[in-house]
Amino acid sequence: MSATAANRGIPGIYHKAGSLRAERRWALWTAYISLIIACIIFLAPPVYMLLTSLKSNAEISDLTLNPWLIRSPTLENYEAILGNPIFIRFFINSAIVTTCVVVLTMVISVLAAFALARMRFWGSQVLATGVFLTYLVPDTLLFIPLYQIVGGLGLLNSVWGLILVYPTLTVPFCTWIMIGYFASIPKELDEAALIDGASWSQMLLKIFVPVAMPGIIAATIFAFTVSWAAFVYPTAFVTTAESMPLTIGVVSQLVRGDTFAWGQIMAGALSAALPPVIIYAFLMDYYIAGLTAGATKG
Amino acid sequence: MAADGTLAVPTAAGAGSGRANTLQRFARRRSTIAFLMTLPLLVVVVGLVGYPAAYGIYLSTLNRRMTGFMEGDWLPTGLGNFEILFDSDTFWMVVWQSCIFAITAVLLKALIGFWLAHMLHHIPTKGQRKWRGMLLVPWVIPPALSTLGWWWMFDPSYSSINWILNIFAVPAVPWLGEPWWARASVIIVNVWYGAPFFMIMYLAALKSVPEQLYEAAAIDGATSWQRLRYVTLPMMANIISITVLFSLIVTFANYDIVRVLTNGGPRDLTHVFASYAFQVGILSSNIPRGAAVSLFMFPILAVCAFFVLRGVTRRNKEQM
Repeated sequence: MSATAANRGIPGIYHKAGSLRAERRWALWTAYISLIIACIIFLAPPVYMLLTSLKSNAEISDLTLNPWLIRSPTLENYEAILGNPIFIRFFINSAIVTTCVVVLTMVISVLAAFALARMRFWGSQVLATGVFLTYLVPDTLLFIPLYQIVGGLGLLNSVWGLILVYPTLTVPFCTWIMIGYFASIPKELDEAALIDGASWSQMLLKIFVPVAMPGIIAATIFAFTVSWAAFVYPTAFVTTAESMPLTIGVVSQLVRGDTFAWGQIMAGALSAALPPVIIYAFLMDYYIAGLTAGATKG
Repeated sequence: MAADGTLAVPTAAGAGSGRANTLQRFARRRSTIAFLMTLPLLVVVVGLVGYPAAYGIYLSTLNRRMTGFMEGDWLPTGLGNFEILFDSDTFWMVVWQSCIFAITAVLLKALIGFWLAHMLHHIPTKGQRKWRGMLLVPWVIPPALSTLGWWWMFDPSYSSINWILNIFAVPAVPWLGEPWWARASVIIVNVWYGAPFFMIMYLAALKSVPEQLYEAAAIDGATSWQRLRYVTLPMMANIISITVLFSLIVTFANYDIVRVLTNGGPRDLTHVFASYAFQVGILSSNIPRGAAVSLFMFPILAVCAFFVLRGVTRRNKEQM
C-alpha cells in the first residue's frame, strides 16, 4: 500500500514543483485582493463621515453631485461643533467619567488580581471564576434594576451615577487579564523579594506593577475605550443634556428637528471618536494585546 | 559568594526558634491582606452585578401600578409579566428578531474574520502590521458614533450606498424603510463593527499554530484544504468556539446599533431584546415588565457563558 502511494506520489512531486510557485503567487494575489476589498468596505463609513463633515450644507443637500467627492472643503462644521458649548460640556463629562472610571478600575483590579494570582486563600479560585462570569454579563441584562438602584440613590442625570455603574463594564475584564499577567510572573521573583524582607505592598508596587506594565497599559486602554464608548447606561440614566457624555449626547442632542445638520453631526461624531482612535494609533500593540488577552491568557 | 553563604547559615538557624510563631501570624496576616485587597472587587461584583440581578428578578414579578420610587404600592402579580409577554405578538417578534440577528451576524462575523485572518497570515510579515492596523478601525470607533455614519449612508434620499448601486444600474434600496432591509442593515452594521475583532482573535490563534505541523503536513502531501481541515481548524477549535460564543452573548445583548439605526422601527419589527426592554422599561416606564424582558436573555446567555468558561478553563489547562 505504501509502495503504491509512493508511486503515485513521485510524478505528483514533479508536477507540483512547477505549479508551487504559481500556486503561491495566486494565493498572495487572493490575499491582497481580499484585504484591499475588506479595507475599502471597513474604512468607507469613517471616510464618508469625514467627507461629509468637510462639506457645506449646500453641497451635502445637492443631489446632483457625487456624494463621495468633495468640491470645496470647509471647516465650518468643525468650527460650529467646537464652538457649541453643549458639545464641549459633553466632552468634559466624558473626560470626567472616563478618568474616574479608569483610575477606579485600575486600582480595584490590580489589587484584586494581585491577591487572586499570588495569595491563594479560601475561595480565591471561585472568585476568579466569578470575575470571569461577571465579565460575560452584558450591560443590557441589568440596566433596568440598576436604573432603579441609581434612581434610589438620587444619582440619575448625574455623572456620578455613571461613575458608579461603569466599573461593572470594566473591572471584571481588567481583573481577569491582570490575573493572567501576574500569574505569568515567575514565582522566584517574589520569593526573592520575600527573602529580602519586602512587604506585600512593596512587592506589588516595586515588582509586580513594573514587571506587568504591558498588562497594565493594555487594561488601562481597555477601561478607557469601554467607558468612552459606553452607551446603554448613559442612555438610560441621563436625560438632561448638561450631564450627558459624548456618545449619547451626539446621538440624541445633535440629531434633532426635521432638517438634520448632517455635516455637524458627522463632525461631532468624528471628534467624539477621536480620543480612542488616537490611543489606538499610538498604542496599537498594547490595544491588540488587551483585546486578545481575554481568551489567550488568564 | 562563599563568605556570604557561611554567614547566612548561622542567621537562618538562629531565626529558626521564633519561626513557627511568626509564620503563623504571617499566614493570618496574609489572608486578611488578601481579603482587603479583593474587597473593592467584591463590592463591585456583589453590589453592582449580584444585587441588581436578584433585584431584577424581584422587579420582574411586580406590576406597573406605581412606577415612582419607594411608593410602596407595587402589587405582586407573581409571574404576570411573563404571562403577558408570552401572549404578546410583539414579544415573540422580538425573540425571533433577536435570534435571527445574533445568529446571522455572528456567523458572518466569524466567516469574514476567519477569511481575513487567513489572508493576513499569508502575506509577508512586514506588511501585516499596516493592514491589521487599517482593518481594526471599525472596532476602535465607538459603535454608537460609527452607526451614525451608517445611518447617514442609509438615508432614504441622500444614501451614498444607493448612489454607488445606481452606477451599476441597481435600483435604490429602501435600507431602513422596509422591515427585511432594515433587519439586513442592522446585521450589516453589526458585522462591519464586529468582524475585525474575530480577525484579530483568529490571527493570534493562527500565529500560535506551530510551523512544524504544516511542514509535516506538507511532507505528507497535504493539499491546502487538508492543511486547513486537519491542522489549522483542530488547533484553533477552542479559540473559535470561545470567540463565537462570546460574540453571541455580546451580539444577542446588543443595543446601540438598533437604537441609533432604526430605534426598533419600522413597526417595531427590528427590536431586539435590549432595545425592546429599553422601550418598555424606561421609555414607557413599565419598569417591571422591562426587567422581565431583559431577563429573558438570561437562559441563552447562561448557556453560552457556561461553554465559554469551559473552553477557557480547558485552554488554560492545555497551556500549563
